[in-house]
Amino acid sequence: MDALHDDTLTLYDEAFASRFLLGTALYPSPTVMQEAIRAAGCEMVTLGLRRQNPAGGDGEAFWQILRDSGCRLLPNTAGCRSAREAITLAQMSRELFDTPWIKLEVIGDDYNLQPDPFGLLEAARELVDQGFKVLPYCTDDLVLCQRLRDAGCQALMPWGSPIGTGRGLMNRYALETLRRRLDVPLIIDAGLGAPSQAAEAMEMGFDGVLLNTAVARAHRPPLMAEAFAEAIRAGRKAYLAGLMQQRQTASPSTPTVGQPFWHRDGG
Amino acid sequence: MNEITLRLNDEAVRLPAGTPLTDALQAWHYADRRVAVAVNGEFVPRSAYAGRVLQDDDRIDIVAPVGGG
Repeated sequence: MDALHDDTLTLYDEAFASRFLLGTALYPSPTVMQEAIRAAGCEMVTLGLRRQNPAGGDGEAFWQILRDSGCRLLPNTAGCRSAREAITLAQMSRELFDTPWIKLEVIGDDYNLQPDPFGLLEAARELVDQGFKVLPYCTDDLVLCQRLRDAGCQALMPWGSPIGTGRGLMNRYALETLRRRLDVPLIIDAGLGAPSQAAEAMEMGFDGVLLNTAVARAHRPPLMAEAFAEAIRAGRKAYLAGLMQQRQTASPSTPTVGQPFWHRDGG
Repeated sequence: MNEITLRLNDEAVRLPAGTPLTDALQAWHYADRRVAVAVNGEFVPRSAYAGRVLQDDDRIDIVAPVGGG
Protein backbone atom coordinates (compact mmCIF):
# COMPACT_ATOMS: atom_id res chain seq x y z
CA MET A 1 0.00 0.00 0.00
CA ASP A 2 2.74 2.45 0.99
CA ALA A 3 4.57 1.97 -2.29
CA LEU A 4 1.66 3.60 -4.08
CA HIS A 5 1.02 6.26 -1.47
CA ASP A 6 2.24 9.16 -3.57
CA ASP A 7 1.58 7.53 -6.91
CA THR A 8 -1.37 9.52 -8.19
CA LEU A 9 -2.99 9.54 -11.60
CA THR A 10 -3.14 13.06 -13.00
CA LEU A 11 -5.81 13.91 -15.55
CA TYR A 12 -6.17 17.51 -16.68
CA ASP A 13 -4.14 18.68 -13.65
CA GLU A 14 -6.35 16.83 -11.20
CA ALA A 15 -4.90 14.06 -9.06
CA PHE A 16 -6.62 10.75 -8.45
CA ALA A 17 -5.41 8.19 -5.94
CA SER A 18 -7.27 5.40 -7.73
CA ARG A 19 -6.42 4.21 -11.24
CA PHE A 20 -9.68 2.32 -11.56
CA LEU A 21 -12.60 3.98 -13.36
CA LEU A 22 -15.89 2.12 -13.23
CA GLY A 23 -19.01 2.16 -15.38
CA THR A 24 -22.49 2.28 -13.87
CA ALA A 25 -24.54 0.24 -16.36
CA LEU A 26 -25.78 -3.36 -16.33
CA TYR A 27 -25.82 -3.99 -12.56
CA PRO A 28 -28.59 -6.22 -11.20
CA SER A 29 -29.70 -3.41 -8.87
CA PRO A 30 -28.69 0.09 -7.75
CA THR A 31 -27.67 -1.32 -4.38
CA VAL A 32 -25.27 -3.80 -5.97
CA MET A 33 -23.84 -0.99 -8.08
CA GLN A 34 -23.30 1.07 -4.94
CA GLU A 35 -21.48 -1.83 -3.25
CA ALA A 36 -19.35 -2.39 -6.35
CA ILE A 37 -18.33 1.29 -6.51
CA ARG A 38 -17.33 1.13 -2.88
CA ALA A 39 -15.41 -2.12 -3.32
CA ALA A 40 -13.60 -0.75 -6.37
CA GLY A 41 -12.38 2.25 -4.41
CA CYS A 42 -12.76 4.27 -7.60
CA GLU A 43 -12.90 8.05 -7.67
CA MET A 44 -14.46 8.47 -11.09
CA VAL A 45 -17.50 6.73 -12.54
CA THR A 46 -18.98 6.93 -16.01
CA LEU A 47 -22.64 7.43 -16.77
CA GLY A 48 -24.84 8.23 -19.72
CA LEU A 49 -27.82 10.24 -20.92
CA ARG A 50 -30.87 8.76 -22.54
CA ARG A 51 -34.29 9.97 -23.60
CA GLN A 52 -36.53 10.22 -20.62
CA ASN A 53 -40.28 10.12 -20.63
CA PRO A 54 -41.87 11.96 -17.74
CA ALA A 55 -43.43 8.80 -16.31
CA GLY A 56 -40.03 7.17 -15.82
CA GLY A 57 -39.14 7.74 -12.19
CA ASP A 58 -36.15 5.50 -11.61
CA GLY A 59 -33.49 8.08 -12.44
CA GLU A 60 -33.53 9.94 -9.15
CA ALA A 61 -32.45 6.98 -6.98
CA PHE A 62 -29.62 6.21 -9.40
CA TRP A 63 -28.53 9.82 -9.33
CA GLN A 64 -28.63 9.95 -5.54
CA ILE A 65 -26.37 6.90 -5.22
CA LEU A 66 -23.80 8.41 -7.56
CA ARG A 67 -23.86 11.69 -5.71
CA ASP A 68 -23.47 9.96 -2.36
CA SER A 69 -20.52 7.94 -3.71
CA GLY A 70 -18.43 11.13 -3.82
CA CYS A 71 -16.99 10.01 -7.16
CA ARG A 72 -16.29 12.47 -9.90
CA LEU A 73 -18.76 11.97 -12.74
CA LEU A 74 -17.53 11.20 -16.23
CA PRO A 75 -20.54 11.42 -18.56
CA ASN A 76 -20.23 9.62 -21.87
CA THR A 77 -21.56 10.21 -25.36
CA ALA A 78 -22.26 6.51 -25.88
CA GLY A 79 -24.20 5.61 -28.99
CA CYS A 80 -23.46 8.81 -30.86
CA ARG A 81 -22.79 8.21 -34.56
CA SER A 82 -21.47 11.60 -35.63
CA ALA A 83 -19.38 14.43 -34.28
CA ARG A 84 -22.47 16.64 -34.27
CA GLU A 85 -24.48 14.23 -32.10
CA ALA A 86 -21.58 13.75 -29.70
CA ILE A 87 -21.01 17.49 -29.35
CA THR A 88 -24.69 18.11 -28.59
CA LEU A 89 -24.82 15.31 -26.04
CA ALA A 90 -21.62 16.58 -24.41
CA GLN A 91 -23.16 20.03 -24.06
CA MET A 92 -26.29 18.52 -22.51
CA SER A 93 -24.10 16.54 -20.09
CA ARG A 94 -22.13 19.59 -19.08
CA GLU A 95 -25.30 21.38 -18.05
CA LEU A 96 -26.98 18.42 -16.40
CA PHE A 97 -23.97 17.19 -14.42
CA ASP A 98 -22.30 20.55 -14.03
CA THR A 99 -18.98 19.16 -15.23
CA PRO A 100 -16.64 19.84 -18.14
CA TRP A 101 -15.45 16.19 -18.10
CA ILE A 102 -16.62 14.05 -21.02
CA LYS A 103 -15.85 10.53 -22.16
CA LEU A 104 -16.12 11.15 -25.87
CA GLU A 105 -17.51 8.29 -27.94
CA VAL A 106 -18.30 8.45 -31.63
CA ILE A 107 -19.19 4.99 -32.84
CA GLY A 108 -18.36 4.00 -36.40
CA ASP A 109 -19.64 0.45 -36.73
CA ASP A 110 -22.48 -1.54 -35.18
CA TYR A 111 -20.74 -4.89 -35.19
CA ASN A 112 -17.70 -4.08 -33.08
CA LEU A 113 -18.75 -0.62 -31.81
CA GLN A 114 -15.43 0.64 -33.09
CA PRO A 115 -14.79 4.34 -32.61
CA ASP A 116 -15.05 6.39 -35.82
CA PRO A 117 -11.61 8.02 -35.86
CA PHE A 118 -12.64 10.86 -38.17
CA GLY A 119 -15.77 11.87 -36.26
CA LEU A 120 -13.92 11.41 -32.97
CA LEU A 121 -11.14 13.80 -33.94
CA GLU A 122 -13.60 16.37 -35.27
CA ALA A 123 -15.67 16.26 -32.07
CA ALA A 124 -12.58 16.31 -29.85
CA ARG A 125 -11.26 19.48 -31.49
CA GLU A 126 -14.58 21.24 -31.10
CA LEU A 127 -15.13 20.18 -27.49
CA VAL A 128 -11.58 21.09 -26.43
CA ASP A 129 -12.22 24.52 -27.96
CA GLN A 130 -15.40 24.78 -25.91
CA GLY A 131 -13.47 24.10 -22.71
CA PHE A 132 -14.34 20.46 -22.16
CA LYS A 133 -11.93 18.04 -20.50
CA VAL A 134 -12.13 15.42 -23.21
CA LEU A 135 -11.26 11.77 -22.59
CA PRO A 136 -11.69 10.18 -26.01
CA TYR A 137 -12.56 6.51 -26.31
CA CYS A 138 -10.34 5.59 -29.25
CA THR A 139 -8.81 2.66 -31.07
CA ASP A 140 -5.17 1.69 -30.58
CA ASP A 141 -4.17 3.48 -33.82
CA LEU A 142 -0.99 5.42 -33.10
CA VAL A 143 -1.55 8.25 -35.56
CA LEU A 144 -5.14 8.79 -34.41
CA CYS A 145 -3.93 8.97 -30.82
CA GLN A 146 -1.22 11.47 -31.78
CA ARG A 147 -3.81 13.62 -33.55
CA LEU A 148 -6.12 13.51 -30.54
CA ARG A 149 -3.27 14.57 -28.29
CA ASP A 150 -2.38 17.37 -30.70
CA ALA A 151 -6.04 18.46 -30.64
CA GLY A 152 -5.64 19.11 -26.92
CA CYS A 153 -6.80 15.86 -25.32
CA GLN A 154 -4.67 15.57 -22.18
CA ALA A 155 -5.46 11.89 -21.73
CA LEU A 156 -6.54 9.13 -24.11
CA MET A 157 -8.59 5.99 -23.64
CA PRO A 158 -7.68 3.34 -26.21
CA TRP A 159 -9.68 0.13 -26.32
CA GLY A 160 -8.28 -3.17 -25.14
CA SER A 161 -10.83 -4.93 -27.33
CA PRO A 162 -14.42 -4.13 -28.38
CA ILE A 163 -16.91 -3.04 -25.70
CA GLY A 164 -18.41 -5.88 -23.72
CA THR A 165 -16.33 -8.66 -25.30
CA GLY A 166 -14.07 -9.42 -22.36
CA ARG A 167 -11.26 -10.41 -24.71
CA GLY A 168 -8.55 -8.42 -23.01
CA LEU A 169 -5.66 -6.73 -24.81
CA MET A 170 -6.24 -7.80 -28.41
CA ASN A 171 -3.25 -6.03 -29.94
CA ARG A 172 -0.35 -5.88 -27.56
CA TYR A 173 2.03 -4.55 -30.17
CA ALA A 174 -0.19 -1.57 -30.96
CA LEU A 175 -0.75 -0.84 -27.29
CA GLU A 176 2.95 -1.11 -26.46
CA THR A 177 3.65 1.27 -29.33
CA LEU A 178 1.15 3.79 -27.93
CA ARG A 179 2.84 3.58 -24.56
CA ARG A 180 6.28 4.14 -26.07
CA ARG A 181 5.26 7.00 -28.34
CA LEU A 182 2.85 8.99 -26.18
CA ASP A 183 3.55 10.66 -22.87
CA VAL A 184 -0.02 11.64 -22.02
CA PRO A 185 -1.94 9.46 -19.54
CA LEU A 186 -3.40 6.40 -21.29
CA ILE A 187 -6.33 4.54 -19.82
CA ILE A 188 -7.38 1.18 -21.23
CA ASP A 189 -11.10 1.47 -21.82
CA ALA A 190 -13.31 -1.42 -22.86
CA GLY A 191 -12.86 -5.09 -23.56
CA LEU A 192 -11.33 -6.22 -20.28
CA GLY A 193 -12.94 -9.37 -18.91
CA ALA A 194 -10.60 -10.54 -16.16
CA PRO A 195 -8.46 -8.92 -13.47
CA SER A 196 -5.38 -10.57 -14.97
CA GLN A 197 -5.98 -8.54 -18.16
CA ALA A 198 -6.17 -5.33 -16.13
CA ALA A 199 -2.94 -6.25 -14.37
CA GLU A 200 -1.33 -6.89 -17.75
CA ALA A 201 -2.33 -3.43 -18.97
CA MET A 202 -0.93 -1.81 -15.85
CA GLU A 203 2.32 -3.82 -16.08
CA MET A 204 2.72 -2.43 -19.60
CA GLY A 205 2.70 1.07 -18.18
CA PHE A 206 -0.86 2.13 -18.84
CA ASP A 207 -2.03 4.72 -16.36
CA GLY A 208 -5.44 3.36 -15.54
CA VAL A 209 -8.29 1.09 -16.49
CA LEU A 210 -11.95 1.79 -17.21
CA LEU A 211 -14.38 -1.09 -17.28
CA ASN A 212 -18.01 -1.90 -16.66
CA THR A 213 -19.34 -5.22 -17.97
CA ALA A 214 -16.77 -7.49 -16.33
CA VAL A 215 -17.81 -6.19 -12.91
CA ALA A 216 -21.51 -5.59 -13.49
CA ARG A 217 -22.11 -9.01 -15.06
CA ALA A 218 -20.14 -11.00 -12.49
CA HIS A 219 -22.17 -13.21 -10.17
CA ARG A 220 -20.89 -11.07 -7.31
CA PRO A 221 -20.09 -7.61 -8.69
CA PRO A 222 -18.64 -6.13 -5.48
CA LEU A 223 -16.22 -9.04 -5.15
CA MET A 224 -15.18 -8.71 -8.78
CA ALA A 225 -14.70 -4.96 -8.31
CA GLU A 226 -12.36 -5.72 -5.43
CA ALA A 227 -10.50 -8.29 -7.53
CA PHE A 228 -9.97 -5.73 -10.30
CA ALA A 229 -8.88 -3.08 -7.81
CA GLU A 230 -6.23 -5.44 -6.41
CA ALA A 231 -5.08 -6.46 -9.90
CA ILE A 232 -4.74 -2.84 -10.97
CA ARG A 233 -2.67 -2.03 -7.91
CA ALA A 234 -0.54 -5.14 -8.38
CA GLY A 235 0.06 -4.32 -12.04
CA ARG A 236 0.97 -0.75 -11.21
CA LYS A 237 3.43 -1.83 -8.53
CA ALA A 238 5.02 -4.29 -10.96
CA TYR A 239 5.42 -1.56 -13.56
CA LEU A 240 7.03 0.78 -11.04
CA ALA A 241 9.25 -2.02 -9.73
CA GLY A 242 10.46 -2.88 -13.26
CA LEU A 243 9.72 -6.23 -14.88
CA MET A 244 12.59 -8.56 -15.72
CA GLN A 245 13.45 -9.15 -19.36
CA GLN A 246 12.17 -12.38 -20.87
CA ARG A 247 14.86 -14.76 -22.11
CA GLN A 248 15.00 -17.87 -24.22
CA THR A 249 17.17 -20.17 -22.11
CA ALA A 250 16.65 -21.29 -18.54
CA SER A 251 18.87 -19.82 -15.88
CA PRO A 252 18.94 -21.38 -12.40
CA SER A 253 17.89 -19.11 -9.59
CA THR A 254 19.44 -21.33 -6.90
CA PRO A 255 23.29 -21.10 -6.87
CA THR A 256 25.02 -23.91 -8.72
CA VAL A 257 28.17 -23.63 -6.62
CA GLY A 258 28.13 -26.29 -3.91
CA GLN A 259 25.59 -28.48 -5.66
CA PRO A 260 25.62 -31.92 -3.91
CA PHE A 261 25.62 -35.27 -5.74
CA TRP A 262 27.38 -33.56 -8.65
CA HIS A 263 29.41 -35.67 -11.06
CA ARG A 264 31.54 -34.26 -13.86
CA ASP A 265 30.97 -37.21 -16.15
CA GLY A 266 27.30 -37.50 -15.38
CA GLY A 267 27.84 -40.89 -13.61
CA MET B 1 -56.55 28.16 -31.43
CA ASN B 2 -53.72 27.33 -33.82
CA GLU B 3 -51.82 24.18 -32.99
CA ILE B 4 -48.43 22.93 -34.02
CA THR B 5 -47.19 19.34 -34.19
CA LEU B 6 -43.76 18.43 -32.89
CA ARG B 7 -41.82 15.29 -32.13
CA LEU B 8 -40.99 14.78 -28.47
CA ASN B 9 -38.43 12.00 -28.10
CA ASP B 10 -39.59 10.75 -31.47
CA GLU B 11 -43.30 10.74 -30.66
CA ALA B 12 -45.80 13.17 -32.15
CA VAL B 13 -47.21 15.76 -29.76
CA ARG B 14 -49.34 18.86 -30.26
CA LEU B 15 -49.03 22.26 -28.63
CA PRO B 16 -50.66 25.66 -29.06
CA ALA B 17 -48.71 27.79 -31.52
CA GLY B 18 -46.37 30.25 -29.84
CA THR B 19 -45.59 28.03 -26.82
CA PRO B 20 -42.20 28.75 -25.25
CA LEU B 21 -40.07 25.75 -24.23
CA THR B 22 -40.56 26.58 -20.53
CA ASP B 23 -44.33 26.11 -20.84
CA ALA B 24 -43.94 23.00 -22.98
CA LEU B 25 -41.71 21.36 -20.34
CA GLN B 26 -44.30 22.27 -17.72
CA ALA B 27 -47.11 20.78 -19.80
CA TRP B 28 -45.08 17.61 -20.40
CA HIS B 29 -44.33 17.26 -16.64
CA TYR B 30 -40.60 17.79 -16.97
CA ALA B 31 -40.48 21.09 -15.13
CA ASP B 32 -38.88 19.79 -11.94
CA ARG B 33 -37.01 16.87 -13.50
CA ARG B 34 -33.27 16.50 -13.89
CA VAL B 35 -33.18 16.73 -17.67
CA ALA B 36 -31.37 18.45 -20.52
CA VAL B 37 -32.97 19.53 -23.78
CA ALA B 38 -32.04 19.69 -27.45
CA VAL B 39 -34.20 21.10 -30.23
CA ASN B 40 -33.53 19.89 -33.75
CA GLY B 41 -30.27 18.34 -32.61
CA GLU B 42 -28.95 21.53 -31.02
CA PHE B 43 -28.45 21.88 -27.28
CA VAL B 44 -30.72 24.46 -25.64
CA PRO B 45 -29.37 25.71 -22.30
CA ARG B 46 -31.79 26.21 -19.40
CA SER B 47 -31.29 29.95 -19.56
CA ALA B 48 -32.75 29.94 -23.08
CA TYR B 49 -35.93 27.96 -22.34
CA ALA B 50 -38.15 30.98 -21.77
CA GLY B 51 -37.12 32.71 -24.95
CA ARG B 52 -37.30 29.63 -27.17
CA VAL B 53 -40.68 29.53 -28.91
CA LEU B 54 -41.36 26.11 -30.38
CA GLN B 55 -42.17 25.77 -34.05
CA ASP B 56 -44.17 23.31 -36.11
CA ASP B 57 -42.09 20.18 -36.89
CA ASP B 58 -39.49 20.88 -34.18
CA ARG B 59 -37.77 17.75 -32.88
CA ILE B 60 -37.34 17.87 -29.11
CA ASP B 61 -34.97 15.51 -27.31
CA ILE B 62 -35.20 15.37 -23.53
CA VAL B 63 -32.57 13.27 -21.76
CA ALA B 64 -31.89 12.19 -18.19
CA PRO B 65 -29.05 10.35 -16.42
CA VAL B 66 -28.75 6.59 -16.87
CA GLY B 67 -26.09 4.04 -16.04
CA GLY B 68 -23.32 4.05 -18.62
CA GLY B 69 -19.91 2.56 -19.31
